[in-house]
Amino acid sequence: MTSSPIQKAAQVTPDGVARKIRGLSDRTIAWIFVAPTIFLLLAVNIFPLIWTIRLSFTNFRVNRPNNAVEWVGLRNYERILNDPDIWNTMQATAHFLLWTIALQVIIGFFLAFLINKKFKGNDMWTTIIVFPMMLSPAVVGNFWTFLYQPQIGLFNYVIAFFTGVDPASFSMIGDVHLAPWAIIIADTWMWTPFVMLICLAGLRSIPDSIYEAAECDRASKWRQFWTITIPMALPFLMLAVLFRGIENFKMFDLVVQLTGGGPGNTTTLTSIDLKREAFEKWRTGYSSAYAVILFVTVFGLASIYVKALNKVKER
Amino acid sequence: MSFSVTEPTKGTKWFAGFLVITYAIITLVPLLWIIATGFKSPTDSIAYPPVVVFEPTLEGYVNLFTDRTRATDDMLEAEGPPQTWYDEIVRERGTIISGPSRYGERFLNSVIIGFGSTFLCMVLGTAAAYAFSRFRVPLKDDLLFFILSTRMMPPIAVAIPIFLMFRNLGLNDTHLGMILLYTAVNLSLSVWLLKGFIDEIPMEYEEAALIDGYTRFQAFYKVVLPQAATGIASTAIFCLIFAWNEYAFAVLLTSGTAQTAPPFIPNIIGVNGKDWPAVAAGATIFLVPVMVFTVLLRKHLLRGITFGAVRK
Repeated sequence: MTSSPIQKAAQVTPDGVARKIRGLSDRTIAWIFVAPTIFLLLAVNIFPLIWTIRLSFTNFRVNRPNNAVEWVGLRNYERILNDPDIWNTMQATAHFLLWTIALQVIIGFFLAFLINKKFKGNDMWTTIIVFPMMLSPAVVGNFWTFLYQPQIGLFNYVIAFFTGVDPASFSMIGDVHLAPWAIIIADTWMWTPFVMLICLAGLRSIPDSIYEAAECDRASKWRQFWTITIPMALPFLMLAVLFRGIENFKMFDLVVQLTGGGPGNTTTLTSIDLKREAFEKWRTGYSSAYAVILFVTVFGLASIYVKALNKVKER
Repeated sequence: MSFSVTEPTKGTKWFAGFLVITYAIITLVPLLWIIATGFKSPTDSIAYPPVVVFEPTLEGYVNLFTDRTRATDDMLEAEGPPQTWYDEIVRERGTIISGPSRYGERFLNSVIIGFGSTFLCMVLGTAAAYAFSRFRVPLKDDLLFFILSTRMMPPIAVAIPIFLMFRNLGLNDTHLGMILLYTAVNLSLSVWLLKGFIDEIPMEYEEAALIDGYTRFQAFYKVVLPQAATGIASTAIFCLIFAWNEYAFAVLLTSGTAQTAPPFIPNIIGVNGKDWPAVAAGATIFLVPVMVFTVLLRKHLLRGITFGAVRK
């Protein structure tokens, strides 16, 4: 490669000459290349967002286009923040977020730790473990309702087999106390591989030489784990938590297919509630304000978290 | 093999392998159950205790692709003997095929919208990524952050105005509308990933080509694109999988002509309540291609799902 005439030419021609040879100016080409992307993102992402903010100050309803649209100021926001149902929804979301993240981080990290022992065939098994997260959450979530059927469902059968309870005696998606766990189990099944992959990248980024040095200092394996492995993998773990947090705050497809928000409102996560307000009750103005509140919450929490993440990285 | 203190012992490896394989098998069970249920008869699918060994039948697949009506004995006789193997399966249940189901259409919609949006996304994304990688674009960092942040929005939150906008433009429930929408949603991921791939191609190649008399476009087209081919391909598969799996926008913005498979599959209803073998058959056909792509993609998986934040 090094002797190709093209490269030789590249080495001897000074930068200034090279710049003159080009046809269209770089700036023009840059704009031609970037403009369509920016335009599409503005049209489909930013413009709707601004529209949502505008609608949130009105009493507009999509299903009654002939009604006069009135500016109601902050009344929508006021009503949302004083609505006890919203707080129940937030609580259900927080419960879901907390447990899915905790379970996924623990199982995911443990799996990554084991896979990093580089046993034979670990690549193949890693790929198999990754399958659930690549599949359509709606289609898979719908099938989980079949696994959760009392009596005939495989999940109930397995639980009954190991605990001895009657498989027809409990319904994971019909019971008020079990339904929140039904969605946590399905989500954990689906997304643990994601956390595992990130943790694996973290573990593989730790150079062997650190462990070799620790071994020379006669540090025990246990001590090596807590003083080398965990601190060095921490930024990756935190990254996994960030991604899972944002994704699960938006959670819609898997849960809506699994429980549809029921029984009662026990699994009504914010996205499901928002969908009901916007596309079933058609309270467009109200739900726009709701959307803005959610959006600000995610952005606020995420940016605080990213600051913390950067601090950990700097250490 | 040379001795290394960091190399795990044989026993550790064996134990770790055992635990990981156990987890992998448990995690596979629901997926295998979907595939198996697709080949069960309706009775076997809801048997208690759940059956693992059963006589496979294609009834689920036949039910998935056909609409059937109940037929009286007279009607069955009037139809004459069954013409095909699938006719035979349907006749056994005392029904006759009244026409093809909508699954084929929905699946085709998924293919059109998936590939259409992926193609458009790659064309726009590669160009933008090249510009961000090679040129001094004003406000580059701000633009890049803006592009990334669009991915953080809950789909439902922007669905209301998109719904209104599409209705005004006549794009509701059309292929073009869904292709544009998925392209926009995927562009952020694509630009970030592709910029990473293009950054890794040494600038010298293009400069040499430019000196040889290539224009910028030619250099981009003939030098950079071939080198970025692997990166473009893996990014494209990510976009394809996203568009393929997407549910929220599909269920809110499509109902008839442009509906994709994910909102359709859960609603397959049989003669007596939910027809689980047909649902499972529909899911199998829909999910298996993604599993194949996952195997192809395994080396690039991490970069894709983390916006390029983690590189192996």
